[in-house]
Amino acid sequence: MRVAWAILRKDLTVELRTLETVPAMAIFTVATFVIFHFGLQRDSLSGQLAAGVFAVSLLFAAVLGTNRLFVAEREQGGFDGFLLAPVDRTAMFLAKSAALFLYLTVLEIIAVPAFGLFAAPPGYGGALGGLIVFLLLVNLAFAILGTLVSAIAVHTRARDLIGPIIGLPLQIPALISFAIGTGKLLAVHTVGPGEVLPVHGAHHPAGEWLLVLALYDVFTALLAYAVFDFLLEE
Amino acid sequence: MSPHVKHLRPLTIATLITFVAGLSLTFFYAPIELNEGFVQKIFYIHVPLAIVSLCGYVLGGIFGLMYLRTGKRVWDMRSYCAIHMALIFSIGGIVAGSIWAKAAWGHWWVWSEPTLVSYLIVILLFCTYQPLRFSIEDPERQATYAAVFAVVGGAFVPLNFIVVRLSVQYLHPRVFNLEGGNLPGSMALTFYVMLLAVALLFATLMKYEMLAKETRGQTRRLRRRLLGDENVAPIGRSAAPL
Repeated sequence: MRVAWAILRKDLTVELRTLETVPAMAIFTVATFVIFHFGLQRDSLSGQLAAGVFAVSLLFAAVLGTNRLFVAEREQGGFDGFLLAPVDRTAMFLAKSAALFLYLTVLEIIAVPAFGLFAAPPGYGGALGGLIVFLLLVNLAFAILGTLVSAIAVHTRARDLIGPIIGLPLQIPALISFAIGTGKLLAVHTVGPGEVLPVHGAHHPAGEWLLVLALYDVFTALLAYAVFDFLLEE
Repeated sequence: MSPHVKHLRPLTIATLITFVAGLSLTFFYAPIELNEGFVQKIFYIHVPLAIVSLCGYVLGGIFGLMYLRTGKRVWDMRSYCAIHMALIFSIGGIVAGSIWAKAAWGHWWVWSEPTLVSYLIVILLFCTYQPLRFSIEDPERQATYAAVFAVVGGAFVPLNFIVVRLSVQYLHPRVFNLEGGNLPGSMALTFYVMLLAVALLFATLMKYEMLAKETRGQTRRLRRRLLGDENVAPIGRSAAPL
């Protein structure tokens, strides 16, 4: 645990000093929202469409962060140093996924208001509480799988290509549960022509998707924990 | 013959016999389905292909796990061949499925059928297996990383099916039922014979692939011994083990 904390602190210090990853992810996400605006030609998104745009933008930003995760270790001999040290290798997994989780969380502090501004889903404020819970869980899935995939991809020759193509299919179950769950949070009633009201209250079944997402988190965490050691062997 | 590939001849003959029997049952014994007509017979090849290829992926994962546990290269070879064959089978399966979907439901692709959708996701994932292997040069590392990928992929297969099935249940009402839970006896018999035939075909082809790879390695070693190391061209970069 102490080792994991040390690696995490190192990563966060590096990130704070260089500002390489998180700002790029944030700019990318906001640019994606704008691109979706032009692609869809809608001033306001609601329901499943809003959730889909948000989820896909986040996933792509996560892929961006995933690509950078182990690059410093690989290029500056961090792996060798870590393998020489008499420490548990799981510490690396814990630290890296915690770092990715934090990157994503910081990114969302920017992305959630930006999405409200650009996509203006009706009832966004009321859905915010549920959205945050979903975001925390989906960050966990993105972080765990991202770390695993990144550790596989970093030793390949075409790591910027291999990472995303392996990662995206693996993230699909998380994306499905996140997109449907938040879609239900952002769902609206059509009251009259051009007039919509958000659906609130106990009757939207987003909670079930929260459960599916949480189970996927647990499953991926166990799986990654089981195989991660093999990826650090020299 | 290689010590890792046994019983190839009896297996080949058994496959041939079962396949011929299965196809004969399909075309001459199984009744023509009332709603879909003759084209429904593609069911007898599509569903076995799909089932066997999914089992092949899981099998590749189990072999990968064995490689990680034992470190013996033969497990890497088995894992590679299983996933390679499963990929080929699933391409066949998805093409057959698409033809069936067009004939039965009028569309080449149906998003509301969870089995089809999750199958596609699994194929997309395993399509990256070969590029992954190819982009790692060190054979030792290639084998280890491929095994990790195989284990993750193998475990992902059932889970992915559960999530996609749930999502379809929520988004669309369930219209179709692929599972032949209520197949009449003659159709069920044909289906199981075909399933067996395709499974045997998988095993046979996998063994042939392993044998071919091992023979290639052996030929190389012999050439080296006869011609000397410098006269044999070095192996190019390859996604395959050995």
